[in-house]
Formats: sequence, C-alpha cells, structure tokens
Amino acid sequence: MTTTVTPTSPAPGHELARIRSPLTAYRQAFAALLQRDLHVLLKSLPLFIVRTIMQPLLLMFVFTYVFPKIGQGIGGRDPGEQVRFTGVLVAGVVGLAIVFQGIQAVALPLVQEFGYSKEIEDRVLAPLPTKMVGVQKIVTGMVQGLVAAALVFPIAAVVPATAVHLRIDWPVLLTLAPLAGWTAASLGLVLGTRVAPHNVSYLFALVVLPLTFLGAIYYPWTTLGPVRWLKIAVLINPLVYMTEGFRAALVAGVPHMALGWIYVALLGFSVAFTLLGTDGFARRVVT
Amino acid sequence: MPAAPDPNAGSRPGPPAIISTRGLSKTYPGGIRAVIGLDMVVRAGEIYGLLGPNGAGKSTTIGMLTTRVMPTGGQAEVGGVDVIARPAVAKQVIGVVPQTNTLDRAMTVRDNLVFHGRYFGMSGREAKQAAAEMLERVRLADRATMPVLALSGGMAQRLMVARAILHRPQVLFLDEPTAGLDPQSRLALWDILEELHADGQTILLTTHHMDEADQLCDRVAIMDHGRLLALDTPTALKRSTGAASIVRVTADGDLHRLAGALRAEVDGVEDAQVLDGQLRLRASRTTGLLPRIVSASERAGVVVSDLSIAEPTLETVFIDLTGRDLRE
Ligand SMILES: Nc1ncnc2c1ncn2[C@@H]1O[C@H](COP(=O)(O)OP(=O)(O)OP(=O)(O)O)[C@@H](O)[C@H]1O
Ligand SMILES: [Mg+2]
Repeated sequence: MTTTVTPTSPAPGHELARIRSPLTAYRQAFAALLQRDLHVLLKSLPLFIVRTIMQPLLLMFVFTYVFPKIGQGIGGRDPGEQVRFTGVLVAGVVGLAIVFQGIQAVALPLVQEFGYSKEIEDRVLAPLPTKMVGVQKIVTGMVQGLVAAALVFPIAAVVPATAVHLRIDWPVLLTLAPLAGWTAASLGLVLGTRVAPHNVSYLFALVVLPLTFLGAIYYPWTTLGPVRWLKIAVLINPLVYMTEGFRAALVAGVPHMALGWIYVALLGFSVAFTLLGTDGFARRVVT
Repeated sequence: MPAAPDPNAGSRPGPPAIISTRGLSKTYPGGIRAVIGLDMVVRAGEIYGLLGPNGAGKSTTIGMLTTRVMPTGGQAEVGGVDVIARPAVAKQVIGVVPQTNTLDRAMTVRDNLVFHGRYFGMSGREAKQAAAEMLERVRLADRATMPVLALSGGMAQRLMVARAILHRPQVLFLDEPTAGLDPQSRLALWDILEELHADGQTILLTTHHMDEADQLCDRVAIMDHGRLLALDTPTALKRSTGAASIVRVTADGDLHRLAGALRAEVDGVEDAQVLDGQLRLRASRTTGLLPRIVSASERAGVVVSDLSIAEPTLETVFIDLTGRDLRE
C-alpha cells in the first residue's frame, strides 16, 4: 500500500496537516477513541459503580442472605446444599454482570446516539474505517464487562449468610472472562445498531428478560433434564454458555456443560455478532 | 432545463483544485434522485457556496464528499484522495461542521477539541495546545471547562467550526452553518469564516440564505432538484439577470390584470409576474420608475399599498432560473 500522498500545495500562510500513513492513523485514532470512552467512564465512575453493582448486590442479598435466614429453601434446606447454591449463583451473577454491560455500555448509548443525539458523528469522522469505530465500541464494552465481573467477587465475599466455597480454575477464568466479555459487547453492538429509540422497551421485554431469566443463572443448565425441550431451547442463549463456563471456572462439585462446547459456542457467537454488529454500524452511519 | 454550468466558471486561474467531482450522483433507496451528475471544481483558498432551497441535494453533496453518503455514480476527489475508494484516508483531509449539533455531550468544551485532536494523531500536549489556540480564535476561551450543553446555539456552532479545523484539514465543509442562529451570532460566525478565508482555508458551505452566499462566497453554485443550475461569482450571477432593478408591488385587486397593465404602459418594465401574493417586476432602468408605476396602477383601478425597489440579488437569479422563490 502506498503510505503517503503529497497533499496539494496550500495557499501561502496556511499550513495544512500532511497525510499520514493509513495504518498509523488507524492505530492512533483507535487508541484515542478508547481513551475517550475511558475518560468519560472515569468522569462518572461513582455512577458507573452504583449502576454496576446494584443488580449483583440485590440478587446475592435476597438469595444468599435473606432466604437462608428466613429458612426459605433455595437449592435445598441443608446447609451443604445452600453453600452449593451460593456457588452456582455467584457464577451465574458473574455471567449476568457481563451481559448487562453489553447492553448498558454498548447497546443503550448507541441507540441514543443514533436516535437523536448524533454525538457519535465526530468519532465516525475520525480517520479510520467506519467498521473499526464499531470494533472500538466492542472493546470498550468488553473492558467494562470485565470490571463489572470483578466487582461481583467482593460482593460474594461479604453478602452471603452461608459460607462461599469458590475453587478458581485460573486458566479457564482468564480465558473465559474476556471471551464472555467479547460475546456480550458484540451482542450489544448488534442490538444497539438495530433497535430504534422508541423500541427500547421491547428490547428489554423481548431480549434482555428472556436472555437473563433463561440464562441458567439460578440453576446449572445440566439440571434441566426433566424439562428437556427447555434444555435444548436455551442453547440459543449465549448467556447459558457464559454461566456454565463460570461454573466450570469457579465452583467445584457442580456439573457443567463440557468446556469444549462452551468455548466453541462463545467464540462462534462472538464472531457472528461482531460481523453482524460492525456491518449494522456501518449501515447506520453511511447512507 | 438549462445546461450544467462550466465547473470552472468564475474561478481565478492558478490555484489547484482541492475538490473535484465528475458525474457524482446519489439515488437513495426508494428511488429519490437527490444529486444528479454533479461536475464540480473547488480551488485552493476559495469559499465556494452551494445555494439552494430545501431538498435541493446540498447535504447529500456534502455527505458524499465527506464519506457519509455512498455515491451511486461518478467520482470524487478531495485533497488528492479518492473519497469513494479510500474513505478512511479521505477523513484525514476534511473537516466537517454538519447540519445538526454533534458535540460530544459527555465532555467539556475543551475536551471536545482535545480528543478530536487525539483522534487525528496529535500527542496529548499538541492537542491541548491546539485546543487552547482554537478556543481563543473562536472566542470561547472563557467557556473552556463548561459542559457543551451550557453553550448557546451560536457558541456551539463556533465550537464545531473550531473542532472541524483543529487538525488543519485541506477543506472545511459547513452544512447550513448559520441556520437557526440569531443575526448577531450569524455575524460572529461570518467573521470567523472570513478570518479563515484570509488565512487561505478552502471552504465549501451550503446555505439557503442568498445574503450569506452573496457576502461570504467567492463563487456560488445555485442548486435545485439535485443539479447545478448556475455557477459564478455573486457579482457576475447578479449581473447575468440583465435587470437594473427589481420592484415588488403589494396591492389589493387583480394582480394579474395589473401585471398586464404595467407591462404594457410603463416604460422600462420588462417583465411582471405574480409570486407569493405580490407582483414582481423586472426593470431595465430605475429613474422615475416608481411614480409611473403608481399612476399606472391607479389608472388600472388598483390600490397599491406597498412598493419596494432593490437591486437584483441571488434570489433574483434563482427565480429567473426556476420560476420559484428560494424559501418555500
Ligand atoms: N437518508 C435519506 N433517505 C432517503 N432520501 C433522502 C435521505 N436524505 C435525503 N433524502 C432526500 O434527498 C433529497 C435531497 O436531500 P438533501 O438533504 O440533500 O437536501 P438539502 O439541500 O440539504 O435540503 P435542506 O436545505 O432541507 O437541508 C430530498 O428529497 C430528501 O428527501
Ligand atoms: Mg441539508
């Protein structure tokens, strides 16, 4: 590729920027776009934290503190079962936190920006291919997803009334978490580029709720045997693979889907969502 | 339909072409032909205006030249870069002020500029320095740390201009830069554009205000229904109407009959047409014209309630070309 083009000579007294090598320009613009998102996130950090920890905090509080205290059996009445349930739930909540960041950090801001604020315009005019601006959104969402996932652990350490036994499988956790973050953020890009602002309520009713309630958060997918059709139907839900994967990475003694399938499925979802999402992004910004 | 004007009409020979298009066209999905076979040349250092009514295709033209609208035909080069083949590179050489406010609301006035500089490869220090200079230039230095939501329309527009030129683009594109601004803010923006012009910045702007095109532009292209109808310096365009003055008559009574009467009886009235409830006369001379119009109207039994005389404007040119008013 030719890397420099001689700019047309400027009128005297007016010095113009020279054209830089495309690859350098792309790299610098991409990095600056990431920095912009980080800057905005840090400016509203307290808000981000509140928004991020509320759901895991309440879930853990109700299911692993209140229920055992009032003797409401979830996951069984005996303490051993309850400890096991807490482990199941922690893994589920980590997956949920990541998926929510895909919606909150990627999909909702995009719906707003495309819908009426048009703020994204200046970033779309940054000197890099339009699709890379979509990819950059995925990276931001992925980073936020990982932060959100990390915030679940201190909550899990403090809130439950029962003991929490996590047995962390680091190689699995450190590969699975970024992969799950990628899946969630790219799903966010797909949704954010396809949903009009007045349809946001449908987004919640038709996508977010089924995704989360049928995402094997409160129960391992492997236990769905008695409702066989459901066990098969939820396989189209990417969250199932995340929660199953985090169970494999975090808790001992709970059966989970084979790890190979988990990686294959999440990778497949991520690639498909990234292609769909960046394509949708380009369509939204270039008429 | 008049033939498309020569793309170099009215241009000073010498400066290189910064924008050039050949047969540039856009048909939107659904079949709307927004721009049809546009041949256009904008030379270094000039302010080039696209003047036309709503829906003429001005924003679509700017969109195609700034990589936001994918042309369905033709070619376009900006600053030596093929916009259609290499849009990501073309973005390096353009600065854009779109028709709507696109400032980043999550950031302050200054950070809008600093991050824009970073997108274009400036180091943190360079970007901060460029932002500070630019804020002085558009008279917003005292607002640097405000959120952009706290800016008035005129200030927001000036900040968008500052952002668009921060990375020293070869061409600055402005889409209806003063639409919706009060007269004072409009003058402030004109001043800034004049300064940029004096520094040699090449500017392409769209407008549907004839006085804006007249005051600001070296050359004006008149656009309607996706085509250029005329192109020249404002002076030459106005001269091309051939009229010494334009008289507008407001009267009670049959305007069409009055038109016939004035055409026939008043020496110097060359043409009369009814437009927007007024009678519009083209006259080849000015002296003694108004009294003769008044008495001829009385003889025709029509009471004239208002009468105005003016030199031809770019609006005259537009009406001559299309039979319509610019605002409609
Ligand atoms: N995204 C789009 N999809 C379909 N048609 C469009 C689209 N954008 C513009 N058009 C149509 O193309 C034509 C030209 O529109 P354009 O916005 O370029 O005009 P304009 O001269 O900028 O007008 P205005 O002064 O109102 O901004 C219009 O008929 C418009 O309805
Ligand atoms: Mg427009």
